[in-house]
Amino acid sequence: MKLSYYPGCTLKTNAKNFEDSAIAVLKTLGVELVELPRWNCCGTVYSLASDDLIHKLAPIRNLIRVKEQGEDRLVTLCAMCYNTLKRANIFVKKDKESRDKMNDLMDREKINYEGDVKVFHILELLRDEIGFDEIGKKVKRKFNGFKVAPYYGCLLLRPEEAGIDDMENPTLLENLFNSLGVETVDFPYKNECCGAYQTVNKVDLVVQRTYTIINYAKKLGADMVVTSCPLCEFNLDRRQEEVKKKFPDFEGLPVLYFTQIMGLAFGLDKKSLRFDLNYINPEPLLKDKKLL
Amino acid sequence: MQDIIDKVSELSEQNLYSCYQCGKCSGGCPSVSEMDLLPNQVIRLLQLGMPDDASNANTMWICASCFTCTVRCPKGVDIAKVMEALRQISLRKNVDYVEVREISAKEISILPQIALVSNFRKQTA
Ligand code: SF4
Ligand code: SF4
Repeated sequence: MKLSYYPGCTLKTNAKNFEDSAIAVLKTLGVELVELPRWNCCGTVYSLASDDLIHKLAPIRNLIRVKEQGEDRLVTLCAMCYNTLKRANIFVKKDKESRDKMNDLMDREKINYEGDVKVFHILELLRDEIGFDEIGKKVKRKFNGFKVAPYYGCLLLRPEEAGIDDMENPTLLENLFNSLGVETVDFPYKNECCGAYQTVNKVDLVVQRTYTIINYAKKLGADMVVTSCPLCEFNLDRRQEEVKKKFPDFEGLPVLYFTQIMGLAFGLDKKSLRFDLNYINPEPLLKDKKLL
Repeated sequence: MQDIIDKVSELSEQNLYSCYQCGKCSGGCPSVSEMDLLPNQVIRLLQLGMPDDASNANTMWICASCFTCTVRCPKGVDIAKVMEALRQISLRKNVDYVEVREISAKEISILPQIALVSNFRKQTA
């Protein structure tokens, strides 16, 4: 299966470990991601103000690119891109007057966009199209005495129109990990915000969140926190440096992308999983658990 | 005063008077410990015709648009949109909340693009 794929900016830089591991894992599952030509930044956040049409053009232009490829579906990895593209699409589909205005504003585009591209997330692909049973069949490596705390963050779940699972008690990641033979802890912070973009000018706020979230995962006996959003990953992983300065007793935990865990389970080459880009080096722990 | 409140309703597309002050939005908001006013108090001040008190509080700038309040409000008030409307009214006076030049070179070099772009979208004019 070939699928049109929107990477977004961060998957090409800080989150290259997410992109590389996802491509390798999907290849094992028989899916090839075809990167959209000439994609542009989606704007990262969906415009919430009613009169702000101009910021909805960026995500919609990407969906026009999909149509130009003769495709009608677009898969994303980044949770922020997913949410922005998905909501912009729902908006133009519902609101004909705004849609017409936006198409007029983009008069150099050859396609009049009608809201007919299906935007979906890689986790939906894994659950709904490939299926956890199929995923389970590819597992080559056994995990023993290894527990993860699944962390969803906000934008894969909220608001309701963009949610890929139950908003209050999602189980998608747990089900995925169980199919891989990886144990999960029942993590109450799994859908609580990491502080998101406040990490730029309110580092203390994020430090406090990261401290709470990581410490609780540790208290529950998790060996690592596993996420799917590059901004959550940055806040929970990279910000541990600041957390340690503020809380000297803090021990920390590695933070991985779910695709890196899948890659380990499938026995893929370490090179494609790019642990070098995770700030807290997970390799000593993985070696200790005989996973590397 | 009424025109600011009308503007908040228009930009957020929310009826501020449907809020019955149950406090569920504030109960679940992960950011309240840093806020001058709780999200429900901001809505209450708007209902009472006191928009200046609502927007002088740091609440809208502490909000991280996590949508927890939005999905939990029993009256269907999209509080994240109300916060956005308040931010927009302030930013549209061409005043930045985040001073981009004050971010250190080290921070710029480690922050992912999604952090920078979203922060500037939410907090600069
Ligand atoms: S949850 Fe809704 S009704 Fe309750 S206080 Fe907040 S905005 Fe008002
Ligand atoms: S969207 Fe803002 S106000 Fe609402 S719960 Fe999240 S941080 Fe609090």
